[in-house]
Amino acid sequence: MEKHITLPLTEELAKSLHAGDTVYLTGTIYTSRDAGHKRMCEALARGEELPFDPMNATIYYVGPTPAKPGQVIGSAGPTTSGRMDAYAPTMMSVGARGMIGKGARLPEVIEAMKKYTGVYFGAIGGAGALLAKCIKKAELIAYEDLGAEALRKLYVEELPVFVIVDSEGNNLYETGRATYLENKK
Amino acid sequence: MREIPVTQITDVVEKLCIEANTHLPADVKCAIETCRACEDGQIAAGVLDKIIENYNIADRECVPICQDTGMACVFLEIGQDVHLVGGDLREAVDEGVRRGYDKGYLRKSVVRDPIRRGNTGDNTPAMLYTEIVPGENVKITVGPKGFGSENMSAIRMFKPSAGLQGIKEFILETVENAGPNPCPPMVVGVGLGGTFDKAALLAKKAIMRPLDVRNPDPYYADLEKEMLDKINELGIGPQGFGGKTTAIALNIEYMPTHIAGMPCAININCHVTRHKTEVL
Repeated sequence: MEKHITLPLTEELAKSLHAGDTVYLTGTIYTSRDAGHKRMCEALARGEELPFDPMNATIYYVGPTPAKPGQVIGSAGPTTSGRMDAYAPTMMSVGARGMIGKGARLPEVIEAMKKYTGVYFGAIGGAGALLAKCIKKAELIAYEDLGAEALRKLYVEELPVFVIVDSEGNNLYETGRATYLENKK
Repeated sequence: MREIPVTQITDVVEKLCIEANTHLPADVKCAIETCRACEDGQIAAGVLDKIIENYNIADRECVPICQDTGMACVFLEIGQDVHLVGGDLREAVDEGVRRGYDKGYLRKSVVRDPIRRGNTGDNTPAMLYTEIVPGENVKITVGPKGFGSENMSAIRMFKPSAGLQGIKEFILETVENAGPNPCPPMVVGVGLGGTFDKAALLAKKAIMRPLDVRNPDPYYADLEKEMLDKINELGIGPQGFGGKTTAIALNIEYMPTHIAGMPCAININCHVTRHKTEVL
């Protein structure tokens, strides 16, 4: 199904999304990848606050290229999500509900998604020039020293993504392939 | 003996870094578009359309096709009748990468230490390979390599008794294990023979070869075709969402090896398979 939704990703909204849905996201999202997640989880372990309010937040696993003059942001496609698996359950435990990336997740991440009503979206890997067109505002909010890995607050309009794993644990990587192979028989 | 100032190499490396990252080669586009025409997966055709739209935007606006503008793999084939003058070759290549990644607004994705990390800030050093060849030219190839796919690569030192069947199974196992992670449709480079290190280099060279050029040895040309077909029966599909197009090409490079061994390396690349060459 094709859906157009406005963030933040509330629990109710998250429950309405199903693996295989094509979703166009509008609203605020945050960027972070390996080094940023490590720092955020270390901050949480020390009892500190995150650089943004994680409640109902969606995190985009991306390290964009530098913006050319006149651009809001450079090319900005998803990075491999599996590298954030070690941190994702912690992020969900403080309210971060949406994740945008690409590639497989560990069973413990999917279990945490069921527990906290999380949604794992896939953006098209390698389509950074196209996806950047949907990013209307970009603001560096923390960890500037990490360069491409710094935390950014983005405002996106109609960002095209697919629901890969929904809050019930259904997984498009399994069902999409199975359906294709079944239809081919 | 022909003299070539190393500053010329710097200039060409700078230019190729930018061009390779913003303009997908014609052979790769052709392979993607051919697969799009045959795709019958539900979501798959739409994904391939977006991939095509993406590289057209990159062409038109001279922006990076993918945000992972990679490590700069630089291959130099240096004619033995060339005398490189005016400085250190290694430094000249790194300076080209430094300038290209700065002026081209490309991402700096290199850390100075695998364990202690720390971004080098300018995407250096280049992954530099030099080869001495006959003649008085210098052939420069830049192939930026992203790590979503690099991380899914594999190498195995087979016993010769494993035979062709062992190699075939290893290729399928590696692609299966990669699944949706390397941004399929992928390009699969297979390096066979040599030593541990040579097999890996051959696999890298395999993904740098144009996708419409088959191995000149008919035995390996047939194997390339057979294994590409087998990979595309796995059903992983574009982005792993299910479909026919799991890989757009499979290239094999081979060389002699030891009586006791059969090394096989598989270098996985994504659909943004970049390579650009210039001859000085």
